[in-house]
Formats: sequence, C-alpha cells, structure tokens
Amino acid sequence: MSNLMTWVSACKIDDIEQEGALRFDHAGRTYAIYRGPDDSVYCTAGLCTHEAIHLAEGLVMDFEVECPKHSGAFDYRTGEALRLPACENLRTYPAEVIDGEVRVALG
Amino acid sequence: MGGIVIIGAGECGTRAAFALRKAGISDAITLVGSEPYLPYERPPLSKPVDGAVQLKPICGAQALEASAIDYLQGVSASRLETESRTVTLTDGRVLTYEKLLLAAGARTRRLTCRGAEHALAFRTYADAAAIFSHAEAGKSVAIVGGGLIGMELAAVLRSKRVAVNIIEAAPTPLGRAVPPRFAARLHARHVDEGVQFYLGRGIAEITDDAVYLADSGLVLADLVVAAIGVQPDMALAEAAGLATGNGVLVDHFLRTSNPDIFAAGDCAAISLSCGGHIRFESWRNARSQAETAARNMAGGNDAFVALPWFWSDQYDLGLQVAGLPQPAHQSVVRCLADGELEFYLDGGRLVAAAGLGVGNAIAKDIKLAEMLIAAGVDVDAAALGDPDVNLKTLLKSARAA
Ligand SMILES: Cc1cc2nc3c(=O)[nH]c(=O)nc-3n(C[C@H](O)[C@H](O)[C@H](O)COP(=O)(O)OP(=O)(O)OC[C@H]3O[C@@H](n4cnc5c(N)ncnc54)[C@H](O)[C@@H]3O)c2cc1C
Ligand code: FES
Repeated sequence: MSNLMTWVSACKIDDIEQEGALRFDHAGRTYAIYRGPDDSVYCTAGLCTHEAIHLAEGLVMDFEVECPKHSGAFDYRTGEALRLPACENLRTYPAEVIDGEVRVALG
Repeated sequence: MGGIVIIGAGECGTRAAFALRKAGISDAITLVGSEPYLPYERPPLSKPVDGAVQLKPICGAQALEASAIDYLQGVSASRLETESRTVTLTDGRVLTYEKLLLAAGARTRRLTCRGAEHALAFRTYADAAAIFSHAEAGKSVAIVGGGLIGMELAAVLRSKRVAVNIIEAAPTPLGRAVPPRFAARLHARHVDEGVQFYLGRGIAEITDDAVYLADSGLVLADLVVAAIGVQPDMALAEAAGLATGNGVLVDHFLRTSNPDIFAAGDCAAISLSCGGHIRFESWRNARSQAETAARNMAGGNDAFVALPWFWSDQYDLGLQVAGLPQPAHQSVVRCLADGELEFYLDGGRLVAAAGLGVGNAIAKDIKLAEMLIAAGVDVDAAALGDPDVNLKTLLKSARAA
C-alpha cells in the first residue's frame, strides 16, 4: 500500500444535481461524488458497505446518502455509517472544485 | 436472576438484542436460536451473488460478545412457563426471565397432497443449500406457488439455465402482495425468460420425478420446491396460554396478553386501530418491530407506526412497495426512463407507492414517496404523474406548507 494520492479530474459540478450524487469510475474502481445543498463537493467509495450496491443511485438529503437497496445511510462528508444495515464506514477521498471542474484525490 | 430472554435469532431477535443494549439495558441478554449458524440474513438466500448460496451473517461473533449478548446457537426453546417465568431449552437448561421477547418468525406451510414429502421447503440456509446443490443446467424444477419467494427462486434458477415450471392455484402469480400492474409485468418477464406457468391449477400428487396436477396433466421435474407461504411460529405462545390468532397477538407496543412478554417480526400480529390484527412478513418490519419492542422492554412507551415496505429482486428488475396499496385507491402512474412508479391516493392523500425498474432505478422516488406519505399531506395527482416534477421539490413544499 502506498499513500500517494493522485488528483484526478472527475466531472463538472453542473453534471451533479444539487443535493445529488454521480457515479465516477477510475482505474478499475468506482466512486460516488456528491454535491451538497451548499454546492460543496465530496467523494466516497462507490459501493455500500452492506452489499455491493452503488450509492450514486441513492437519495441525497442534506449531507446524508441513503443506500437504494435496504436504506442503510451514510454521512458522505465523513463516510460515517448512520443507519443499519450499514455498519461499516465508507472510505472518503478529498474533493475540490476549481473553475467548475470537480477534482478528487484518489489512492 | 432474571434478565432478558429472546427466543429466535433471526433478523428480529438479533436486532432486538443489540437495540436493548442501545436502550440502556445492562442485565443479561440471552438470545436463543435453533439454527446451527451465526444469525444470518434470509433475503440473500433467494438472491445468490455469482450463483453461490451465501450465508450472510447479521453480525459477527465479536459484535455479539462486545455487546455481552449470550447467543445460544443451535438450541431451541421447548417450553415457556409464565407463572415461574422460565423457558426450558432442548438441551435441558432452564432460563429465568424478567422480560421475554418472542421472535420465532415463521415456518413454511407444507403441502398436504400425496407425496408432499418429496417437495423441499425454502426458508433456511440449509433449505437453500439443498435446493441449489441440485440446480444444475439442464435439470428441471417445479416450484409450487407463484408468490415472491417462488418467483425469485425461478429467476435465479433460470440464470443457471435450469428449466422452471411454476404451479400456482390462483389465476395469476404474485396476487397477494404485489400491485396487479407490477405483478403482470413480472409475470410477463418470467414468460419471456422461458418459465412455464400452470395457473389456476391444484396438485394431486408428487412423486420423485413429477407433479401430478389435480385436473389431469403432469409436470416432469427433477426437483420440487414448495413455496406456498409461511405460517407464524406460535407454538410456545399457544402452549403458554398467550392470546394468538394469525400470529402471537400484540398491542401497539408489541406487548402480548402477558405484560412481560413481547412479540415482534414474522410471528407477531399487531392490533389495528380500526380493529383486528395484521402480521407482516418482511425484513424491514422485522428490524423496526425489533427496535420498538426493545425500547418498550427497556421501559419505553413507543407505539409501533412504521410504514410497511418490502423489496424483491427478479432478473435485473427491482420491485419496491411502500404502504398497503388497495384496489379502491386512486392510482397515478409515473413513467421513468428505466422503470415505472404507481402512487396510490385515498381521498387526495398519498397512502402507498410501488415501483418496478431496472436495478435500483425506482429506489430514490419510493423513498421520497415514503416521506410524502409520512408527511400526511394532500398531494397533487398531476404532479405525481409528471416525471418532470421532482418529488423532492414536492416534499420540500409540503414540508414548508
Ligand atoms: C428466501 C427468502 C427470501 C426473502 N426475501 C425477502 C425480501 O427480498 N424482502 C423482504 O422484505 N423480505 C424477504 N424475506 C422475508 C424476511 O426474511 C423475513 O420477513 C424475516 O426474516 C423475518 O424475521 P424474523 O426474525 O421475524 O423471523 P425468522 O427470520 O423466521 O427468524 C426466526 C428464527 O427463530 C428460530 N426459532 C423459531 N422457534 C424457535 C424456538 N422455539 N427456539 C429457538 N429458536 C426458534 C427460527 O429457527 C429462526 O431462525 C425473505 C424470506 C426468505 C425465506
Ligand atoms: S446494500 Fe446498502 S444497505 Fe444493503
């Protein structure tokens, strides 16, 4: 394991609905990128920690994403699992917006 | 002495054990489970990933230990005595309780025709392992019962190129729990996938290689699975003299006719404010009733109010139903790119919603519909039917109003 992070350009902020999420695939892995109600952006691992279900299809309300399968929920800013059956936290990655472009630090 | 005893270590009993700790209970908690595994989830049994049957634990042994839950694996409670507050186990031990939770779930209904013993049941990990060990490409399976479990099993078997026949006594499959619109869609999809249906047909006899239909005709099958529904497991409650009906009868607080005994999950029938009792057979209900029962066993006074909700996966399609749709409701359909939603209104109020779509296409909207239902507001039918109106916007304006 190296802890080298690489910044990758992922999408435009306007590609993501406000209070919404978008799937982003990179180097054989999948992620979810979120746009908060205040237009801040965040990035987490794409799949729920309960089963391999993509969170980008989940409902985003405030800073919470709900898994579309069994309603497990996470705080997408910290990755914290908020509601069962999800009990393992999600991995998070740094994200930023520069000139309308969303970049995420993966690694 | 005393402490809490939970009978049944399925979704409900296991969830309740953890919820009791969360509610601040520090007494001993004993979880008695008749199956010889760690507590596991049932839904994945009919939804194997990569074709393999999975035993997906609800929690690990460490989690049980960390919460000081004494899990008695592979042991059954054989007798309950309310006077002495004791539970006798099959290994001879006798437990004393201060409060007891019945979470014994349900067991499969058995066929009564001649040769019924040839049919396998489908409820436990052991059942799933037995069924799938026979499910090789080219073989032929007859499933008796076209309900959710039978249809999910059919979809999995088709993906393994097993020939599937569904024999159903009713004129259509999925008639009990699924709104007609989506039952018809799913039925059509199974027909497209090559499932052979025998509808409105009873069974006369099962042999080791065929099912004989009541009004002549037979279905050849290497394996027969009975998926004709479940019955609440209330043997202990009945013998102990607790009130039972279509399940162990409980009030809104999930208390049985004995104030120190609670029941929840598939085995419990909860009283309705309009009279009668209703029993649910779904995963989320097992979890949420467990949580309410635990809070009340810890001294709380919470009425159980959750909206019924279940999902089913068949082929690449996902179904979700929230609330209890009734034929008398006004129906409003919303078409999406990858699926369809149906909303059910009662006198202008949204009371239920269902959806069927590819993968999780309808999940977000069903969740928003649940929140709209919980808000208890009148919703504009035209807006519900218009896919360009975001349900989140409707919810926000309903909440602001
Ligand atoms: C194949 C399958 C697929 C399903 N798919 C879905 C789905 O997609 N969506 C959905 O919403 N629901 C689904 N369900 C239903 C869901 O699994 C049940 O509603 C849920 O498991 C009920 O939980 P429970 O704890 O109340 O009962 P159970 O899961 O039945 O658990 C009760 C446990 O108690 C044990 N027990 C009984 N009596 C005793 C005793 N005297 N002493 C000790 N132990 C005892 C039983 O052996 C059992 O292990 C499915 C069910 C099956 C079988
Ligand atoms: S897959 Fe996310 S909660 Fe189950």
